[in-house]
Amino acid sequence: MEIMNLPLLSLLIALPLVGALSLIIIPSPTATRWITLGFVTADLLLAALLLWLFDGNSHQMQFRETLVWVPALNIYYKLGVDGFSILFIFLTALVGWVCVVASWRAIQQRVRQFMASLLVMQALMLGVFCALDLFLFYIFWEAMLIPMYLIIGVWGGENRFYATLKFFLYTLAGSVFFLIGVVVLYFAGDNSFDIQKLSQQSYSLELQRWLFIAFFIGFAVKVPMFPFHTWLPDAHVEAPTAGSIILAGVLLKMGAYGFIRFSLPILPDASYFFAPMMAILSVIAIIYGGFLALAQDDLKKLVAYSSISHMGFVTLGLFMFNSQGIKGAVLQMFNHGIVTSALFLMVGFIYERTHSRSIAFYGGLMKLLPVYTTCFAIFVLASMALPGTNAFIGELFVLAGTFISMPLFGGLAVIGAALSAIYLLSMYKRIALGPVNNPKLEAISDINVREFSAIASLLVFIFWIGLHPLPFIGLIDASIEELLRQIAPVTSTSITETSLVSHSLMSYRGG
Amino acid sequence: MDINAIIQSIYASSAEIILLLFACALLLAPLVSPKANSKLIAYLSILAIIVAAVANVCSSQNTLTYNEMFILDPSALFFKRLFYLTTILVILLSIDYLRQKRLWQSEYYVFLLFALCGMMLMVSGTDLLSVYVGIELVALATYILSGFLRHQTDSTEAALKYVILGALSSAILLYGISLLYGLTGTTQLQHIAMALSKTDIEDPALILAITFVFAGFGFKIAAVPFHMWQPDVYQGAPTPITAFLSVGPKIAGFAVLLRVFLYGFAEQQVLWSQLITVIAIVTMAIGSLVALVQTNIKRLLAYSSISHVGFILLGFLTSPAEGFNAILFYLFVYAFMNLGAFAVIIALYSHNSANEEIDDYTGLAHSHPWLASAMALFMFALAGIPPTAGFFAKFNIIMVLLSQQHIVLAVLAVIFSVISAYYYIRVVLLMFMKPAQQPFTPVLSAPVLIALATTATVTLGLGLFPSLLIDIIRLSSP
Repeated sequence: MEIMNLPLLSLLIALPLVGALSLIIIPSPTATRWITLGFVTADLLLAALLLWLFDGNSHQMQFRETLVWVPALNIYYKLGVDGFSILFIFLTALVGWVCVVASWRAIQQRVRQFMASLLVMQALMLGVFCALDLFLFYIFWEAMLIPMYLIIGVWGGENRFYATLKFFLYTLAGSVFFLIGVVVLYFAGDNSFDIQKLSQQSYSLELQRWLFIAFFIGFAVKVPMFPFHTWLPDAHVEAPTAGSIILAGVLLKMGAYGFIRFSLPILPDASYFFAPMMAILSVIAIIYGGFLALAQDDLKKLVAYSSISHMGFVTLGLFMFNSQGIKGAVLQMFNHGIVTSALFLMVGFIYERTHSRSIAFYGGLMKLLPVYTTCFAIFVLASMALPGTNAFIGELFVLAGTFISMPLFGGLAVIGAALSAIYLLSMYKRIALGPVNNPKLEAISDINVREFSAIASLLVFIFWIGLHPLPFIGLIDASIEELLRQIAPVTSTSITETSLVSHSLMSYRGG
Repeated sequence: MDINAIIQSIYASSAEIILLLFACALLLAPLVSPKANSKLIAYLSILAIIVAAVANVCSSQNTLTYNEMFILDPSALFFKRLFYLTTILVILLSIDYLRQKRLWQSEYYVFLLFALCGMMLMVSGTDLLSVYVGIELVALATYILSGFLRHQTDSTEAALKYVILGALSSAILLYGISLLYGLTGTTQLQHIAMALSKTDIEDPALILAITFVFAGFGFKIAAVPFHMWQPDVYQGAPTPITAFLSVGPKIAGFAVLLRVFLYGFAEQQVLWSQLITVIAIVTMAIGSLVALVQTNIKRLLAYSSISHVGFILLGFLTSPAEGFNAILFYLFVYAFMNLGAFAVIIALYSHNSANEEIDDYTGLAHSHPWLASAMALFMFALAGIPPTAGFFAKFNIIMVLLSQQHIVLAVLAVIFSVISAYYYIRVVLLMFMKPAQQPFTPVLSAPVLIALATTATVTLGLGLFPSLLIDIIRLSSP
């Protein structure tokens, strides 16, 4: 096929960058918005094309591109996608599109710089998911700090300076440890940054443990896992709607993606060793995040804490070492990206109208904004993982995986799932139901076509995955099998058929 | 010394000789012709540097000349080219600054040429005495330059402090050299290395000599605890001279350290590596922690450069070949990102408001987005955030540290660079995220714009394509 020979991934990354550059010569805000929309739409279509061309039966990296970058240090510009990354590339493109639509009216000042930051951000996020060279990955990963720092700091709320500094320094501090891990791995793995080569080698348990800790610090800050989560609520509350959507939709996924791409395949023994710790921290995040969400009056804070809680399911599922757990975790990542983006979008829409995020400010919106509250209801139900919505599939798989490997933690995680029903439903009740108490609410208008298009694009996936998840599972199945094979090379034959229990594996591997 | 050797020596040092001749001629020019104003002298100085650079291409390389006191080897050539570039940039930045300050004395540029000449001598010296002469030439020229604003007390104070501490450091250095001479009977580096290989490494006199020599050089590069002069001098000196001091003499000091320690004292690495380890850590710590509380941007950059010095010193603790490459890369990148930051400061200087407080940068992005973006680029580069060259520079040092299993040092290095990131990005925060409090009237004349464009291009370009520089450095390593 001719199209396969094109450097599609480079094109995917370059498109938003070209868009950002082209904005330099565009003077008017309206033209800026349309041109940005044009570029993100083209990028979304390209991502959809990739999804369509992607061969789900193969675990191989596809659409590969390799160029020498820094020959002296064996650094390559190497791109490729497998089942995990293709999902997140699509998610990034979709979320990027939603961000532009959501910022159409919300951003009135310095529109050009804002749109340029969004586009650069999108290019870098896509780069993170495409990179197959650790150094390249790190460049994308770290460079994202700059546009995100600006998005929160320039267009954010009252307390944005504190929030953006905290975000920047936390993430930077996390990533430098990751960097040290990367360089140590480079020397241990025969002077190579090639992710595939590195994951084919085996390292001593001692080294793996240290590397795992270094990687863990980097990824756990991004996820964020308890106790590294404190930057998230601040950043979310102060960020503009698009910033929150990017944070919740894509940025948080990168930490978990890091675990999938590096910690599990490259450091399997250390992953087993630290699995109980990871499970404990995940469960703490699930329950603690849930309780914190319960106590919030600020809508964005509530969603932010619920994010911490829901991302706990992801990290829990990943470290169960069975296909259900990992499958669930990946699905949960994708779903959380969709659902939480949608929730922040809804909060953003209502905030644009009333300039209040306080739950107590609202009440009885159902009577005033029927379309808005209906959509909101769907997203709330999806977030609490109601059967029929996408989040249900993800959490179900995670819990199934957990009950196989570590039943106790499965039981605890269910508490978190129950908590999420409590805080989400009570929030919804206080906002949408009951009488309209606040006279300021009388004049507000329901969502318009532009806003609905953003909502609808997310709504599609909620039901699609909720009712017919097979195409999505099909994308990641082969990659998960390959991942499990990498984690447990000794017992590779039995993994494909049934789930494996970590204890028996530990004894196989002698520790 | 026969006539052939003399001709060869002159041939090898043709660039230095050309520069000196030019400098003397330019010193006399205003006396001869009244038309030779300081702007013309500035452009003639740039011409002199270009002629010297051309002369370097033609001169013979890799032979020891002047009785084994001088060499033009690839690494010396690399540093000389870097000095040409930085001095030209500093001259470009000076033209409008001096006009704003109403300084018409053309001696300013002549002293810059003398300083350049001294730095070239430092990097080419293979004898501690010729190195010392180079150091003194740089020092004398920069003493005068930092006190050039003689009606301003802080400038005179800076110059006085610089002179006193500089004289002290020279004395310490000479004492160290004399001790070495007592031990080995020579001041030529290769002979010292040979003589020392027979000496007992535990010899207290040797330890003392190395410590004194390091202390002498430590003043030049401003490593803690020899850094006291730097913040005051940086703050008081005319800003282009601050820019020059922060890159030129400092890099020359590192070049000398490289030659003396990595090659001269290579066999004694066990001895001095402990010394440098401690000094590097303390330098990074003091540099990044004290910078946190600075309010003046020039002082901030002074402490920032101290913390960079600490980072670069870490490169000495690895194998000579790898450490050499990483240090050269860092120095090159550091020169450009630091000059870039000073270029923005100089552009913002105007006669009625100095704009040298960090708070003065508040809201710059609203009226001058490009200038603010350039400053942001240099700040992110100094902080070591990809995709700027500053990241790759730090990455190289981390690489060589970890290749020698110095994990603790690497961890400390990254922790301090996270701390220092705070004050760099605070400048960005002020520029981009707060409303402007004053109208800015930056001087964006052609020379300043050329300097800004060059530094920004190098800072970003080497971040994206670091192998361009890596290849050059590989060729320059001995």
